[in-house]
Amino acid sequence: MPQRPRKRKPRLAVWKFASCDGCQLSLLDCEDELLAISEQVQIANFAEASSARMKGPYDLSLVEGSITTAHDAQRIQEVRRASRYLVTIGACATAGGVQALRNFGNTKEFASIVYATPEYISTLDRSTPVAAHVRVDFELRGCPINKAQLLEVASAFLDGRLPAIPAHPVCVECKLRGTICLMVARGVPCLGPITHAGCGAICPAYARGCYGCYGPSDSPNAASLMREWSRRGATRGEIVRVLRTFNAAAEPFAAVSKVYEDDQG
Amino acid sequence: MKTIKVDYIARVEGEGALRIRFKGSEVRDVELRIFEPPRFFEAFLRGRSYLEAPDLTARICGICPVAYQMSACAAMEDAIGVGIESGLRALRTLLYCGEWIESHTLHMFLLHAPDFLHYPDATTMARDHREMVARGLRIKKAGNALVRVVGGREVHPINVCVGGFYRAPYRSELEALIPELTAARDDALIAAEWMATFDFPEFSRDYELVAIRGEREYPFMGRRIVSNKGLNLDVHQYDATFVEAQVPYSNALHSSVKGRGSYLCGPLSRFSLNFDLLSDAAREAARRARIPVPCLNPYKSILVRAVEVIHALEEAIRIIGQFETPAESCVETNARAGIGYGCTEAPRGLLYHRYSLDGDGLIRDAKIVPPTSQNQKAIEEDLMALAPRMVAAAHGEATAMAEHAIRNYDPCISCATHFLDLTMEQE
Repeated sequence: MPQRPRKRKPRLAVWKFASCDGCQLSLLDCEDELLAISEQVQIANFAEASSARMKGPYDLSLVEGSITTAHDAQRIQEVRRASRYLVTIGACATAGGVQALRNFGNTKEFASIVYATPEYISTLDRSTPVAAHVRVDFELRGCPINKAQLLEVASAFLDGRLPAIPAHPVCVECKLRGTICLMVARGVPCLGPITHAGCGAICPAYARGCYGCYGPSDSPNAASLMREWSRRGATRGEIVRVLRTFNAAAEPFAAVSKVYEDDQG
Repeated sequence: MKTIKVDYIARVEGEGALRIRFKGSEVRDVELRIFEPPRFFEAFLRGRSYLEAPDLTARICGICPVAYQMSACAAMEDAIGVGIESGLRALRTLLYCGEWIESHTLHMFLLHAPDFLHYPDATTMARDHREMVARGLRIKKAGNALVRVVGGREVHPINVCVGGFYRAPYRSELEALIPELTAARDDALIAAEWMATFDFPEFSRDYELVAIRGEREYPFMGRRIVSNKGLNLDVHQYDATFVEAQVPYSNALHSSVKGRGSYLCGPLSRFSLNFDLLSDAAREAARRARIPVPCLNPYKSILVRAVEVIHALEEAIRIIGQFETPAESCVETNARAGIGYGCTEAPRGLLYHRYSLDGDGLIRDAKIVPPTSQNQKAIEEDLMALAPRMVAAAHGEATAMAEHAIRNYDPCISCATHFLDLTMEQE
């Protein structure tokens, strides 16, 4: 068999913005693959794992975290300029994360609750996803991401193909897994019908309704599902809260939560 | 004036910077600046249901989400006056064992060991020490498997709720883990001996060591906080004993013992204050590694973590051996007004939560004190004590010394509000 010409190893960079580190940890959680990956890919920037840092350009940048400071709004521009492909990993980078709950409140008041001298704190009023600032080549969802999906996305971009990441709702994953529908069979409120697949429908397998940590699926009917929740006894406050967690700023979770909030008076 | 500056310290969880100012050979001050952007958890928790605290606060830290879930549950159960029976408590300990194993192993093998052997990272270290790195990854995987079976997934487990669990794991699921946990324990025993051969700098300080004192078991959870300098309090006296202050250069609050100053929590403290409660094999491993009790050399924290990993693996094997599926996976909870206090031992140390609830169970006020805030002052003091050695060293070596000293604490800056940027100024 003819040998392919030796190419230089592709360069991978991992960047962090406002986040919990959990999504980049998913890469270190690939215990079986980590050493093999490090042999095939040049890990050029991954501060959590290595003191060695290489300058760009990078073939693939994985970005964790949302933009919450003026400095970070600049830094993401630099990351974009240095990267051939930029993939956001997780709910923070893709939807603003749990820290986007500030978008519904008053950030100055928030700072004064946590800090005695809020003047020392420099932060933006809103937590925004990376795509609000720069072009993003792919958004991998989840709070946290699924590490098998991370490997799929990274290898797809480095091989120059499209990643196979379905955008259907969690319901499909329950069917694939053979989990009996909690909402139909046991009346447990579940966000599965409007939530993006990817986790593998873990919660229903643990007798818990989906709580939406992968954000909205492709064209979800959130208003309809929430009417059903309401009919089954969920209060308006509960509905606002369940839509406002780790993907609070993602549409249509944000829009529907606003309707229920306004109705609360 | 001499200025030494490094962009950031890698292999820590979060973003931070360090500046040391000298006058001659004397240190003027040390500032560990954490510029991880604030995310305002304590603010947006207001108005949320007590039932939501475990899932919301887990997102403070992707490395130790179980710790947040456990402290949140402990505080909420205290607030609403609910007790957890021993079977569910054992399941919580089992989940916590998984987190200690994966978090400690991540730090020991992937973040800290490269400091001792002078590599930039574990994958480079693996070129010369592949077998040991592979061993570390196997142990880490076993810890993650435990978290996944009990908690549903490794990062931000989904199965924890106030009152217990959504579903108790099946006996068969747990028993299937035994071979992997047993192999991991044997790997950890070998790793502890290997790490004991590292070169440990001569360094110790008169720390006030603070940890939970276990009643019968080495502490994962508990209410009694003690120190080697006479503290002995119930968790509800936390705010009367410790104080948090804001400093202008950091987004993390600094803790101290009221009227006394800095203190240390984490592996050194737990080990020194609870040595008698370790499993026989863990105690024996500590003796073989020649770890003194109390241990006041922060560089030896890597050995103490190894001992704690051995203990956690044995504890997990023991709990699974005695496991009986609880009749109910969760105790019934009802909202009521009140204040609740909870603390548990995160891998990096004491994690305190306090919540005040209204009659509907909505959070009126939340206070969360992560271990890295508590240790920050002690880290600065370590750097102050090391500064004369740093002045004498070349720039690159000085930076490596500072980073190593900081990594002794496995600081989780995401928790404390990440990277280190070292500036040394000479006046």
